[in-house]
Amino acid sequence: MIDRPLLLLLLAAATLALSACATPTTPPLPETPSAEALDATRDSSLAWADRAEERARSPLDDPASPLFRKVVYFDYDATTIQPQYADLLRVHAEYIFNTPGAKVRLEGHTDERGTREYNLALGERRSQAVRRFLMAEGVPGERLTSLSYGEERPANTGRNESAWRENRRVELVY
Amino acid sequence: MMQRPRLALVTLLAGVLMLAIGQAQARLTIEVTGGVEGAQPIAVVPFGDRDGARPDVDIAGVISADLSRSGRFRALPPREMLSRPQRQDEVDYREWQLLGMNNLVIGEISPAEGGGYSLRWRLFDIFSGSEIRSDSLRSSARGLRNAAHRIADQIYETLTGERGVFATRLAYITSSHRGRDARVTLRVSDADAHNPQTIVDSAGPIMSPAWSPDGRRLAYVSFEDNKQSIFIQELASGRRERVANFAGINSSPAFSPDGGRLAMTLSKDGSPDIYVMELASKRLTRLTDHYAIDTEPAWSPDGRQIIFTSDRGGRPQIYRVSASGGPAQRVTFEGDYNAAASYSPDGRSLVMVTRVGGRFRILVSDTNGGSRRLLSQGELDESPSFAPNGSMVIYASQNNGRGVLSVTPIDGGSGQRLSQEAGEVRDPAWSPLSP
Repeated sequence: MIDRPLLLLLLAAATLALSACATPTTPPLPETPSAEALDATRDSSLAWADRAEERARSPLDDPASPLFRKVVYFDYDATTIQPQYADLLRVHAEYIFNTPGAKVRLEGHTDERGTREYNLALGERRSQAVRRFLMAEGVPGERLTSLSYGEERPANTGRNESAWRENRRVELVY
Repeated sequence: MMQRPRLALVTLLAGVLMLAIGQAQARLTIEVTGGVEGAQPIAVVPFGDRDGARPDVDIAGVISADLSRSGRFRALPPREMLSRPQRQDEVDYREWQLLGMNNLVIGEISPAEGGGYSLRWRLFDIFSGSEIRSDSLRSSARGLRNAAHRIADQIYETLTGERGVFATRLAYITSSHRGRDARVTLRVSDADAHNPQTIVDSAGPIMSPAWSPDGRRLAYVSFEDNKQSIFIQELASGRRERVANFAGINSSPAFSPDGGRLAMTLSKDGSPDIYVMELASKRLTRLTDHYAIDTEPAWSPDGRQIIFTSDRGGRPQIYRVSASGGPAQRVTFEGDYNAAASYSPDGRSLVMVTRVGGRFRILVSDTNGGSRRLLSQGELDESPSFAPNGSMVIYASQNNGRGVLSVTPIDGGSGQRLSQEAGEVRDPAWSPLSP
């Protein structure tokens, strides 16, 4: 297990690495937020939903940005995050951490196999797994909410393996 | 009462519409599936209209359809009848013997003093040439279909020894399609799919409808404002109350047999666990405390036990706990996926979902998980529950890739399939017997 100081160190290293290749649209942010910056965070979180114009220029909506991808997929019946999604989640952790007012809802989903209520619990377990990962990367818990939809909102309405693969997921909804 | 306008406003904003008295809705189509071998021939003669009665319901037609749909009877079409007696002295038993009938029903309808109608009916045994039951009842003009269902229930009970469930209702979820932007509704219809009423209409998912024991309220789960809550809604008034709105999962409601408590799944304290809420005080008691998934609580008919699904042993299996708390005991051991169990009304069997070779099917067992018997042959069968007389199980299944409801008798025989012309239907719950 990686302990917390080491994780923070890794996070700091990742922060440096990312800022070195940050897209020009990312506004520079202070390393340690000041009291004013925290107040500004509060204001900006209020305005977050209204700033559609600004969000349109956000890396979250830029297909060239790694932040454009906001879905993590899971194996059948599994709730552990597969290694190939670690980088994606780290990039998001970084962005949430560094973006005042950024809040993310982690929506857990399953495929349609199995009972609806058990799948609801399974979807929550998936969203919790992503939540724990993001928090381990330094994201404050209050920036994250979890909501499981179970099998109620399939991304692909097909009834076959490939559709089911697309439906076992956690979506990061900013 | 003071809160009602505000509540309605809030829910409208959330894109949810509650309809106290639903408009006419597309009703489900019922097909009888499987063979009808051994169905008893019965003739239900069109009722006589007395003293200027002009009912807009074909009483005998509703009774015949009910009896035939059960698979236990085969009703003679009126056009094959040689006569249409309305009174006992008009019955010629030899005539009905010739037609191969076992039983005959005749009746009359007349306007009742003070409004509505009086119905009088008689049931005969053709072999012995005698009346075996007769009764009369009153009905409003609007309640005539229900009156016909109640007569069918009495005939069914007299001839089979088992209570009829024709005068009961079904709750179910419909969805315009399967995609994430589907319009979802919770509906209630009569057991023959007539009179469908929309209880809730939402842009978000609705799940797990559960009847109160008096049949007057439904508990359900609704996703509104990006949150999940359990509501209890009174059917007559449409008034609803949000009873659980904690962080995380608020789901799987189940009324206790006395109606005073609601078992549910909450994950507010970490992982999903089983809780019981005393409805008068809203006081919560935690029944399970485990890091695994505990969900899908169901009461035993005596209210003393709760069974639930847990993956504490690695795979989802059924467990049982005393409704007053204590250690949980594992019930099912066979198979690697047993879930969504509930009791039969007599408390002697369980129905559940089981995985067999990757397929999800409905299974009936004794209360200790033994004597397992598969009841369905689908790929993705789920949400099973017993009819209130214990003779049938209703569940959700797939037909040609679409969600439909299936009804299968426990002891074999023909079943029923209920489907919507377009879209999906799922999550059925059979109402209790009407008082």
